Amino acid sequence: MDYLAVVLLEILYMIAFLALISAGLAVVFGMMRVINLAHGEFVMLGGYTTIASSKAGINIYVAMLVIAPIVVGAIGLLVERLIVRFLYGRMIDTMLATWGLSLLLTGLVTLIFGNTAVSVPAPIPGYQIGRYQMGGYNLFIVAVTIMLLLGMWLVLRYTRVGLIARGAMLGPDIVSALGHNPRIIYMLTFTVGAALSGLAGGVLAPLTGLLPSAGGAYIAKAFITVITGGASIVAGTLTTAGLFGTVNQLVSFASTPVVGEIAMLALAILLLRLMPQGVTGRFFRNST
Amino acid sequence: MTSSGFGVGRIRWDWFAVLTAVLLLLPLINETNTPTLLAIWALFALSLGLMWGYAGILSFGHAAYFGLGAYTYAIASFNVGESTVPLLLAILVPMVVAAIIGAMMFYGRISDVYLGVITLVVTLILNRFMNATAGDAYRIGNARLGGFNGIPAFPILNVPGDPSAQIFGTPYYYVVIACLIGSYLLARFILGSAFGRALIGIRENEVRMELLGYNVAALKTAIFAICGGLAGLAGCLFANWAEIVTPSVFSLGQSAEVIIWVIVGGVGTLVGPMIGAVLLGTLKIALGMQTSIDNSLVLGAILILVVLLVPRGFAPAFVAWRRRLAQLQAYRRHARGTSRRRLHVKEAEP
Repeated sequence: MDYLAVVLLEILYMIAFLALISAGLAVVFGMMRVINLAHGEFVMLGGYTTIASSKAGINIYVAMLVIAPIVVGAIGLLVERLIVRFLYGRMIDTMLATWGLSLLLTGLVTLIFGNTAVSVPAPIPGYQIGRYQMGGYNLFIVAVTIMLLLGMWLVLRYTRVGLIARGAMLGPDIVSALGHNPRIIYMLTFTVGAALSGLAGGVLAPLTGLLPSAGGAYIAKAFITVITGGASIVAGTLTTAGLFGTVNQLVSFASTPVVGEIAMLALAILLLRLMPQGVTGRFFRNST
Repeated sequence: MTSSGFGVGRIRWDWFAVLTAVLLLLPLINETNTPTLLAIWALFALSLGLMWGYAGILSFGHAAYFGLGAYTYAIASFNVGESTVPLLLAILVPMVVAAIIGAMMFYGRISDVYLGVITLVVTLILNRFMNATAGDAYRIGNARLGGFNGIPAFPILNVPGDPSAQIFGTPYYYVVIACLIGSYLLARFILGSAFGRALIGIRENEVRMELLGYNVAALKTAIFAICGGLAGLAGCLFANWAEIVTPSVFSLGQSAEVIIWVIVGGVGTLVGPMIGAVLLGTLKIALGMQTSIDNSLVLGAILILVVLLVPRGFAPAFVAWRRRLAQLQAYRRHARGTSRRRLHVKEAEP
């Protein structure tokens, strides 16, 4: 019974983890059809920002929930103005340029912080389920993810900004004809996407030690979650995060974490082969 | 068909002869360890440049076949002893794997972005798996996979039929150069054949080629498999050069690097990727000798700048620049000619 609870909690955590690291990428991909391969580095920068700020004496919750998104959002704005905006409509070139950016950021962070792991202790203590010691901080991550997805859904569904954003997704020409500059919409979208990545990095920072190369660990998982999810931002991310998280953890418990990860990746290939438009391209078509 | 970046291109035998002579005579004036590595990287870049530049297939995980070639050779050489069969297997295994993955993607009509994801994920799976194969449980025949530490000290290439006559140093350099030139000629042969022309047609307009009756999926799968085999050969040569294979051959960085070599050298040429590999490879080795500037920082900056400023790479940009210059000169000559004639006419008129 305790064991079952542990397994369920771990699955829940994995789903939240995948959804959290994918949210920023999903916004950018869903609205702009731009794949940002430097996404993992944005997450990593969020982590570094959080750790640096908390070392400077700022409250850790402020650091991860406020400062990290703002800093990484600003970096995202800069990147959009300097690189991405020249490449709209050239999907492969965007992927290549952002891959270059990911290498550049990794190198830059190595230069500044050095190639050693930095970390910050988790602010929430663990708890006990029967014989098992659980990380209390995982529950906080689950809560943050739920709030985040709920917030995104509410904004997209019920606000004027969300309406314009969804309009720009379906028909940029029409939105432009109605007087909204698509260039500005794209710029803001990319900034918001970067800020979400920064938030994810900040929230995850206390969980794992950070290395400059940490981005590589996030990008593949975020990538498959978003691409197999398809165009719908919230529904797509939630569906695939749920699917991949469950498969990953169940197989991990049955054998080893490595096999779990491989099973998740293999499942992603299979899903892409069967549904090249993503899960939400096939089902839940009118979802957000 | 002109010899531009858009057509097939012709082989310039004069340049080819000069370059071959330089490569063959190089050991007289230089050590061969670094040039061997650079030639291996050039071969790896060629294998991606062929399918990206001419068939329009960009794999984000080309390192998978490079790594498979390296691992296949290492595992097979432990089990066989003599190196001829392992060498052939190191080409064959990546080729078959590429054929399977290629067939899955191309018959499924998967578009380029999703193709990028799938190739990337395949590489990642191999990387994760190989990293986790530490311990005695993971062995293939006599070869222990060794997990993170890789497979060291496998028997290196030998003269066919004589396992005791190992090839290393300058003779090995010649083996690598022979493989590189052979692969280049093979690529040229492919591009000159009907198969190659069909591939270029697919790159330009896939739907039209399909309507003309070509089996697009089969052609793409074939070139994907061939380029996988070439990458496998490069991986096998790399394994013999390094005398160890580790899971890092499957890393994302390895896949990124080969893409950067090709795009800097020039997509749509064969020489460009090889030059790109040699130049950036030299840069990488030079950067590796100092510690103040990180290698990935420089590579990343180069990739961003090239995509923004010279999106087709330097070789096609150079060809276009030379053609524009020639056109300009021809125009000037023409302009001078006409003005003189006009003067002539004026003088004759009164």
